[in-house]
Amino acid sequence: MVHGAEWTTKELFTYPNEYIYWTIQIVMYPLMTGFVAGAFVLSSLYHVFGQKDIKDLAKFSLVFSFALLIVAPMPLLFHLQQPQRNTEVFFTPHFTSAIAAFGMVYLIYMMIVAAEVWFVYRKHFVEQAIALIGKGGLINFVNRLIFNLLTLGAYDIGEQAVHKDEKLIKVLAGIGIPVAFFLHGYAGFIFGSVKANALWTTPLMPIIFIMSAVVSGVALCMVTYIVIMEWKKFRAKKKHEDQVSVEIKGAEVDVIRKTSKYLIAAMIAAMTLEMLDLVFRGYTAMKSWDILRSVIYGKDFFNIFVLQYLCGNLIPFILLLIPGLTIRRAVIATLLVLLGVFMMRWNVVIGGQAFSNSYAGYMHYSMPIIPHNLEAFKEGAAGALVIAILPFVFFWFFNKFAPSLKFKRDNNE
Amino acid sequence: MTRRGFIITIVKGAALAALPAGALKVLSPSEVMAAIKETPVLWGFVVDTYKCVGCGLCVKACKQENEIPLEVPVSRTWVERYIILKDGRVLIDSPHAGANGFTSQKVNNIEVNPENIAKAFFVPKLCNQCENPPCVQVCPVGATYKTTDGVILIDRKWCIGCGYCIQSCPYGARFFNPILRVAEKCTFCYHRISQGMKTACVDACPFGARQIGNLKDRNDPVTKIIQNERVSVLKDAFGTKPQVYYIGMDENVR
Ligand code: SF4
Ligand code: SF4
Repeated sequence: MVHGAEWTTKELFTYPNEYIYWTIQIVMYPLMTGFVAGAFVLSSLYHVFGQKDIKDLAKFSLVFSFALLIVAPMPLLFHLQQPQRNTEVFFTPHFTSAIAAFGMVYLIYMMIVAAEVWFVYRKHFVEQAIALIGKGGLINFVNRLIFNLLTLGAYDIGEQAVHKDEKLIKVLAGIGIPVAFFLHGYAGFIFGSVKANALWTTPLMPIIFIMSAVVSGVALCMVTYIVIMEWKKFRAKKKHEDQVSVEIKGAEVDVIRKTSKYLIAAMIAAMTLEMLDLVFRGYTAMKSWDILRSVIYGKDFFNIFVLQYLCGNLIPFILLLIPGLTIRRAVIATLLVLLGVFMMRWNVVIGGQAFSNSYAGYMHYSMPIIPHNLEAFKEGAAGALVIAILPFVFFWFFNKFAPSLKFKRDNNE
Repeated sequence: MTRRGFIITIVKGAALAALPAGALKVLSPSEVMAAIKETPVLWGFVVDTYKCVGCGLCVKACKQENEIPLEVPVSRTWVERYIILKDGRVLIDSPHAGANGFTSQKVNNIEVNPENIAKAFFVPKLCNQCENPPCVQVCPVGATYKTTDGVILIDRKWCIGCGYCIQSCPYGARFFNPILRVAEKCTFCYHRISQGMKTACVDACPFGARQIGNLKDRNDPVTKIIQNERVSVLKDAFGTKPQVYYIGMDENVR
């Protein structure tokens, strides 16, 4: 069977070769790179701009962003028809292609984030490696080996050396911000530069993507942070019910309130740009507008206006704006924001293929739910779920060596 | 230094500074080839829509020649049927890429009463071998490329199957080869034309609706048609500069 026929239904006239070729994985791809960029920007707010009150969240965001970064290109692997040839993108890059450039930017960005994480945790690695000296047992031995490897041989944790580290962290975080924007702007450019697609082609696309990336990354970090902290608190309470002395800190509402301000600002920018795009299309009413309108206001109305704008933008916006933000309200709002961002990606990627290039017909994507064959797994709900879960698995693993979460109240700070 | 001398120095300096920028220009392989030896061939195609009767023999011949199974609905070339009704509605279809001809009076499951038809015609389509091809521009690994004689080809051993080229073609010319799982499209039967033969579709058309020729040869019948008759190309506004020219195009053609 021809690729795409599995999930595409056609209506009226479409060219014979037209199918939904870019499916859920291409929705996941900008979603993931957006998370990466947003999480990194959040962490930089502390590292570069010295926003001390979000320090805990920022530290977590950095490590989480690294975990997300590893997963970011995986949707592409799931989606390629010849995934075994993926390295060709690096060995024979074709620089007029936005995807080829993405590979390069991704590698550079990866190095920056990895370096920053390393500088932040170098002291910790050394301390652990030293602490494990002389301890018996296989696990301790393996751990010591890993920590020794992680230090990369730099054992100097004198005041001067650590101070130097801090300076470098600031520099790396500073360089990282434009590169993160560039990375995600490129993801937007991949779509925005396809002149054949009436919905995608707009120079606003990269900026829209960058703004919604910040929104998504901040929201994801907030909600993940809250859930982990509250879960730990809950667990600890259960364990030590009688031991009042063990105080476990949950997510602090101050941190969340402060972060939600950044979230609101990013949301305003994202929404303004998206509205501008929509109004402009309607106002200029190019040839493609007839079919676009029938998709935007007709076929995709529920996805765009109800799920994306109402549930994903307006409601959480109001929830965050009402004074006296509580943790619970923040969780609901950020989850809704995440829904909104997912729907935005969906409406761009799938919505952009919902109409024929002949402007005379429509295509519908029915996402395969049951993975009855490899194709239906890779480009269906199951594959997307794998991609969605992986960053948390990676984070859990990284956090073992680079602990980014502080549960106990520490009065020294 | 006199003022004149000064100006001359500036101009010279500017010229020198501008030189490396030009000298460092990166040439694409085809540009290098063209610089070494100007090829005497540029392939062009002419479709006469007045002559097409929608029999679909070209589609069948193409599928056989290029090993695209007949039963899959994708095709390197296809034929579209346009029916414009008296009330202004436009009905278009291309069942099975038109391979089996158009014998049904139903268009997209709507029964059409011949009385209501204002005009109807067929439009064969294929890859336009664009002079400015977006599909080549976007390929992340350079698997899609342009030959010196103007034909766009795909390296099947190099294509990673990302589908970016498929998205970037405004004409719907591209699809994934159902067997090889790499990008696929019409190549003007490059393996045939480079051996002095015509394309499979040109040979198969009993009505002469399709012709292929060398646009650099002023005496080639195809070149003559393009030069002397009123022809047009598809979706001119995209700036792709198609090399497939149509006679008798209608404003309703998409
Ligand atoms: S018609 Fe499409 S596939 Fe053919 S050269 Fe032009 S853009 Fe490329
Ligand atoms: S599908 Fe193949 S030929 Fe097309 S852009 Fe991707 S790698 Fe290039």
